[in-house]
Amino acid sequence: MKPFAYVRATSLQQAVDAHACRPGSRYLGGGTNLVDLMKHDVETPTTLIDISRLPLNRVEELPAGGLRIGATVPNADLAAHPLVRSGYPALSQALLAGASGQLRNVATTGGNLLQRTRCPYFQDVSKPCNKRDPGTGCGARDSTYRDLAVLGHSEHCVATHPSDMAVALAALDAGIELYGDTEGPRQVAATAFHRLPGAHPEQDTLIRPGEIVTAVVLPPAAPGAVSLYRKARDRASYAFALASVAAVLELADGRVRHVALAFGGLAHRPWRATVAEQLLAGAPLTDENVLRAVDAELAQARPLRGNAFKVGLARNLARDSLAALAQACGGEPPERLP
Amino acid sequence: MHQAGSGSDPGGGPPHSAPDGAHRSRVTLRVNGTDRDLDVDHRVTLLDALRETLELTGTKKGCDHGQCGACTVLVDGRRANSCLLLAVAQDGAEVTTVEGLADADGTLHPLQRAFLAHDAFQCGYCTPGQLCSAVGVLGEAADGQPSHVTGTAAPSGPVTLTTDEIRERLSGNLCRCGAYNGIVEAVAEVGAGMNGADVTAPSSSAIPPRPDVIV
Repeated sequence: MKPFAYVRATSLQQAVDAHACRPGSRYLGGGTNLVDLMKHDVETPTTLIDISRLPLNRVEELPAGGLRIGATVPNADLAAHPLVRSGYPALSQALLAGASGQLRNVATTGGNLLQRTRCPYFQDVSKPCNKRDPGTGCGARDSTYRDLAVLGHSEHCVATHPSDMAVALAALDAGIELYGDTEGPRQVAATAFHRLPGAHPEQDTLIRPGEIVTAVVLPPAAPGAVSLYRKARDRASYAFALASVAAVLELADGRVRHVALAFGGLAHRPWRATVAEQLLAGAPLTDENVLRAVDAELAQARPLRGNAFKVGLARNLARDSLAALAQACGGEPPERLP
Repeated sequence: MHQAGSGSDPGGGPPHSAPDGAHRSRVTLRVNGTDRDLDVDHRVTLLDALRETLELTGTKKGCDHGQCGACTVLVDGRRANSCLLLAVAQDGAEVTTVEGLADADGTLHPLQRAFLAHDAFQCGYCTPGQLCSAVGVLGEAADGQPSHVTGTAAPSGPVTLTTDEIRERLSGNLCRCGAYNGIVEAVAEVGAGMNGADVTAPSSSAIPPRPDVIV
């Protein structure tokens, strides 16, 4: 690990000021990903600006409904929060499906959003990687490593985003609050926060240099809406998603009043399935309609060597999730096509 | 420089005596009930500070990347991978390692006794991390924190540590000897005791304390 200076921030403004005058600095939250990447020499900050003790560790109910989750709220605390468990079960379930108990105690809400891909070519400085070192090429694309994107990848990068939490936030229409030295405070939609790789895979998100994630804002949960998160992985616990789905459903008279579907493990960002959602809106939630919608979404998939299985996996996860939610809405699960 | 026990102070600026841009700082950690002042290179993890500076080698270095759980300790009462925590960022923290689990008179923690009674280790390398992690699990379950396998309709309040719950909650602690069955039995026994029985009582098989075993 390279030597670095350390600054403990006492205020948000002091943190962004410190970043502005120290080129090559990084903010430190829980550090569960950053410190690991520093050990690999993937991250070589000149200064760590520790923001973990800033007063951003509260979950507040908003006056008009909804929740504002401070950026340093640990993943474990957020998953266990009574208002998250009752109003946003997909978020609680996504957090609990990720990492281990030890990591969830330390990892923060903001850090979870900003964690980097676990593509082994990104983490190995001896390998080419356009995300880590732009212009060096992509070592993963033609490798035997299979946990790569099937949707939205580019010739420059085929990595997936590893977060479970971010997939739930995409389906729940969350907002991300940011604060920057020159930008001041701003809020962006969770669905817009993470990028597709295009020609610039080094940029995971639309965050600008020096900006800090200060909070995640959840809109009020609709009274009749239900949500869940399902994840398929190589072992029963403590593994990243091969494919996952966060789903929100509200039915009215057997028809879809609101549906949100987001996939994890398939792309460089949480993949909000807008094609499927549009096909399902207003329609009866039959197995036939669900399959037609999900298949239309996944028709965009371009599997790589060895990961075509993810398309079928995602299809089955979405189908089972919507059936379970239809039942949770008080209806019968749709009769399953053969 | 922070004074001993000043962990609740949010602090500020470059830590304490360190000049701006320095690569070392002085920190105070309260380890197993004793304040320890350290001068650390910022690159030093809590794990290395414990093992190499404080010579508390009970905490083990396995993967050094947060994947195996061998380095698990309790920081301000919460279990954490000490290999991923920078010592400088833990200034003022209260740390409990495996050396701090037994009573001052050498009476082993109920989990340590249960591990002996249930043959919950072979080589013992993962055991300090398993024990600290299990202490965390007991607290989290008593506190009503859910896990991935807790039913979504489960009532609030303490979570019963079934075999499925224990396996899920301890999934961040690997054991290459495969002593999982004994580990699960040991944690289940102590967890069941916490639901009413006296956890300070000797475990059912009444194996006498052997403080020499777990180091």
